[in-house]
Amino acid sequence: MSLAKIKHIVLVLSGKGGVGKSSVTTQLALSLSLSGHSVGVLDVDLTGPSMPRMFNIEDAKVTQAPGGWLPVSVHPANPQAGIGELRCMSLGFLLRGRGDAVVWRGPKKTVMIRQFLTDVLWGEMDYLLIDTPPGTSDEHISLAEALLKDALPGQVAGAVVVTTPQAVATADVRKELNFCAKTSIPVVGVIENMAGFVCPNCAECTNIFGKGGGQVMADDFNVRFLGGVPIDPQFVMLVETGRRPSYPEGTIINGQDFPKAQETGHVDSGAQETKDASLLADKYRSCSLEPIFKKITQDIVSAIG
Amino acid sequence: MAPSLEEPEPVQDVQDVLDNPLKSRPQLVAPEPEHCPGPESEKAGTADSCAGCPNQAICASAPKGPDPDIPLISARLSGVRHKILVLSGKGGVGKSTFTSLLAHAFATNEDQTVGIMDTDICGPSIPKMMGVEAETIHISSTGWSPVWVADNLGVMSIQFMLPNRDDAVIWRGPKKNGLIKQFLKEVEWGNMDFLLVDTPPGTSDEHLSVNSFLKESGIDGAIMLTTPQEVALLDVRKEIDFCRKAGIRVLGLVENMSGFVCPNCTHESQIFKATTGGGAALAKEMGIPFLGEVPLDPRIGMACDYGESFFDHYPESPACKALRGVVRGLASEIGIDPQLVMPDD
Repeated sequence: MSLAKIKHIVLVLSGKGGVGKSSVTTQLALSLSLSGHSVGVLDVDLTGPSMPRMFNIEDAKVTQAPGGWLPVSVHPANPQAGIGELRCMSLGFLLRGRGDAVVWRGPKKTVMIRQFLTDVLWGEMDYLLIDTPPGTSDEHISLAEALLKDALPGQVAGAVVVTTPQAVATADVRKELNFCAKTSIPVVGVIENMAGFVCPNCAECTNIFGKGGGQVMADDFNVRFLGGVPIDPQFVMLVETGRRPSYPEGTIINGQDFPKAQETGHVDSGAQETKDASLLADKYRSCSLEPIFKKITQDIVSAIG
Repeated sequence: MAPSLEEPEPVQDVQDVLDNPLKSRPQLVAPEPEHCPGPESEKAGTADSCAGCPNQAICASAPKGPDPDIPLISARLSGVRHKILVLSGKGGVGKSTFTSLLAHAFATNEDQTVGIMDTDICGPSIPKMMGVEAETIHISSTGWSPVWVADNLGVMSIQFMLPNRDDAVIWRGPKKNGLIKQFLKEVEWGNMDFLLVDTPPGTSDEHLSVNSFLKESGIDGAIMLTTPQEVALLDVRKEIDFCRKAGIRVLGLVENMSGFVCPNCTHESQIFKATTGGGAALAKEMGIPFLGEVPLDPRIGMACDYGESFFDHYPESPACKALRGVVRGLASEIGIDPQLVMPDD
């Protein structure tokens, strides 16, 4: 089975849509890869796959090899720089046009997910992150079933649950935590995304969607709170246009001064504005969210053990 | 299991799913095998992959033809004048928020009755946003009564049927379809001017069911919600494609979370930057009306958390003004006088 040589499988779940599951998955993957692990990302959001866009590999096609599908490489391993390999698999690669709708009912999705789990040739790998669609339905049931059946004991490290701070979102995410309990998937921790927005003009932090909802929920369910991640338009720009994040002088995020982009003195080369997937990890290092995710990643790695 | 190297062909499949969504599902004795044509489909029991399946006889003898419940649904909804779907391929763009705001906006005119049906079964948000989370449904001899938020504003959601509000509804598609059908069949909406149908993200079971169950009784169309960034537009494009294929009229596109005005320095930031032109460009590309942009306002989120009406509390905010414009645009799309729905005060 194709999952056999994967050390840890981590699910990224949320009952609510648009809280940033794919963004969190992307950043966890980049962060894990930057700390030297080999990482694979499996996108099982069949009706709205975002991973190809996130990694900027929308035009990539999946290669078929004897025995299964080969995942698409985002960047290769670079042992000198301590960067691990990053690969991705998504239904988005199999669609003809990017605007095509996948109108599938449950049983068909189930088959596709099973196939995604069994037929992708990941080979040897440290982490497999599985990005899921919102809800607790077909995709999730199939995923949980397939993993319970096929995965080796201890291989499924658990689920990282993403939420936003407002009560409307945590109400849905609570359901997801109950789903994890019912399907006996351990919860690695809760990440509160979109916790505050730092105005790029005056550096005032506004809690657009409130604050603290994730922490309260984590306490209620007695699970680890991995941290709050603020909204950073620079990260959105990085994903959308490939622009290296840069911040005005004196921007302080989470108590850390962040004019880092200037300090490190990247010379404006042609690569600066290009949307090359292989440069994504390097550019992400200039993003204000990188240190936050570095910490979250360390917590996850030590929690998984 | 032998790996299949076949490339899936979702595009051809769509038409079959849309054409044959309504056969009532037979009771199966075993899980559907791989490549199952679907127990509801025209080919059930006769396709190549059915050979040897323990369900074959059941599927083959299942009643074919339109669902007998459709006329009942049409009769139930005959008093509802306008049925509007709120759709988006992407989650968290504000479908439920917009649905509740729209309902409040329509309900500001006391002569109009408005209903909301929440078809997001796994993550129902409407009861919380309307402040009726703790309510339960009353069942009478004529049907299920919706929960009334105001004299002219009724709500129906699966949340009302859960014993514990944090319970997860872990259901596969067919069960969800059954519930949606029951909602449509049993809920006593009565005479109503607008029924807003809030949907979950995606293009799957819920959407197919709502569409096919309501087709007979006539849907006015769908409002499409998006946020400005391309990652969201990508999914919304799929949803518009779905509407085309399913024959649902798209009444218009609304761009939510279009910008954020810092309460400290009033500098406007594009949090979800429209690098590809945002909703306006997408509407133009797809040839659908663009109804407007609604800015991000933290007070909307707060009003939703506390179940209050944003319209009543902050009528002067820019977001509220933008919403008024959207409601007027929508009214003229469905052929009502915008002045009746949302007078310029």
